[in-house]
Amino acid sequence: MTFLQLCFYFFSAVLVFAAGMVVTVRNPVKSALFLVLAFFSAACIWITLEAEFLAIVLVLVYVGAVMVLFLFVVMMLDIDLAVMRAGFTRYLPVGSVVALLLIGEIALVMISGFTSESFPAPAAHGADYSNSKELGLLIYTVYVYPFEIAAIILLVAIVAAIALTMRRRPDSKYINPSEQVKVNRDDRLRIVKMKSEPKPDQQIGGDA
Amino acid sequence: MIRDAVFYMTSWLPESLQILVWVMLKIVFILVPLILSVAYFTLAERKVIGYMQLRVGPNRVGPKGLFQPFADVGKLLMKEVLIPSKSNKYLFLIAPILSLAPAFAAWAVMPFSDQLVLADIDASLLYVLALTSMGVYGVIVAGWASNSKYAFLGAMRSAAQIVAYEIAMGFALVGVLMAAGSLNLREIVLAQSGSGIASWYMWPLFPLFIVYFISGVAETNRAPFDVAEGESEIVAGFHVEYSGMGFALFFLAEYANMILIAALTVLMFLGGWLPIIETAPFTWIPGVMWFGLKTSAVAFFFLWFRATFPRYRYDQIMRLGWKILIPVTLVWIFVIGIAKFYTPFGGFFS
Repeated sequence: MTFLQLCFYFFSAVLVFAAGMVVTVRNPVKSALFLVLAFFSAACIWITLEAEFLAIVLVLVYVGAVMVLFLFVVMMLDIDLAVMRAGFTRYLPVGSVVALLLIGEIALVMISGFTSESFPAPAAHGADYSNSKELGLLIYTVYVYPFEIAAIILLVAIVAAIALTMRRRPDSKYINPSEQVKVNRDDRLRIVKMKSEPKPDQQIGGDA
Repeated sequence: MIRDAVFYMTSWLPESLQILVWVMLKIVFILVPLILSVAYFTLAERKVIGYMQLRVGPNRVGPKGLFQPFADVGKLLMKEVLIPSKSNKYLFLIAPILSLAPAFAAWAVMPFSDQLVLADIDASLLYVLALTSMGVYGVIVAGWASNSKYAFLGAMRSAAQIVAYEIAMGFALVGVLMAAGSLNLREIVLAQSGSGIASWYMWPLFPLFIVYFISGVAETNRAPFDVAEGESEIVAGFHVEYSGMGFALFFLAEYANMILIAALTVLMFLGGWLPIIETAPFTWIPGVMWFGLKTSAVAFFFLWFRATFPRYRYDQIMRLGWKILIPVTLVWIFVIGIAKFYTPFGGFFS
């Protein structure tokens, strides 16, 4: 067994374990953290496949940004686990049918000649081969239209998300920062000039 | 030469293990100076801020207080590690490691000079960005596992802040890689060679340089963006429940991250290991020295900021990140795109 195979089996074991824990662990925050571990080990497996650009982007986007926001939400929620588990026996038959179908499909592919002989691994590239450059060339030449359409769909989703959640709040204490900066002394401070009064103890002494 | 010596001494091992020993040795040669500089960076911070506030700073342990970091480490090592009774024990203990490991792992691709780099990988810029974005898990997990209100508030603040500033940081890096035409840190530095300080990317990419550094300060949760700690509001934020070595690891991670951001700023905008002027007296100084000098100069700004600026309010942080820094980077990426191909003088950054 080469070192690369050892890496593959190690990260696959971690990935399967983490994925199993995501659905079985009781605490939603822990299950989100196991999902992070699953993403990370998937990225490690991709690195062994020389797909370092995809692997790093997976870590950057999913682990670094998406899962942080997801954890943010999950931590704030007060999730009642009893309610979440209520329908378990009812949905179990449907779930197991779907699972069996998936297992059957994978098994069919595996028996129908999907072996390392029929699909040999592509030759390893040299150290100076730039994975990201090849990917960029493909995206901006062959697949330029699908790529741009995907970008537009994402943009629409961003605009829609903002439009759905934006509302004017009358109780907001928001202050326009430029007005804060523009403020000058006369708006905040008033100097009152007044005559000095005689000392109080002299007055008292005078009356007595 | 050292490589041959190591391979000769370990010739009784199989070759793959020999390479492992050699790589481990290189890691030690990177990490030991790094940990030492982190230790002395803490002392430098106390001294620098002391002088800025007309104090002397620590001056009791050793000559001029030079052994203070070791005294601090000794104290923290001997303190008891308290685990709050209703906390999540495993996550509580993993969190400091999660916060320190990415800060150290990012140094694997750092080119200290043209030859001195542990792993000269093709996408090293992305690798560094991915690892720095993982540091937030230490903060979030610590805040959640402590089962404390203050710690949780600190973690939530940190999560929102880091996600916001990471976008600005990423866009600033897009500008750098457009200009250099490479994702490799070594090639990015080499693209800045030519006529000394004039060809560093800090000039053509000046707005990105500023945005990157501000985002870097925010990513490391340093003043004036230190709402995650916010002593006056939430005591110590995410690490309020940590004592002894747990606290020390968070402390180490914060300072290691500061040095990392300073080093990355130097590599991407200040010409890395290249001398200020590429003529005789300056080229005699080895590249590693230049790299260290520039990194120290940039790291000094972190301390200067802390002594100068009051803490931002939370909504001000969000406004700065989303409404100012990100639009600035977007505009400048467009400018670079045009400058690279269509200018009266031909393309820049060739």
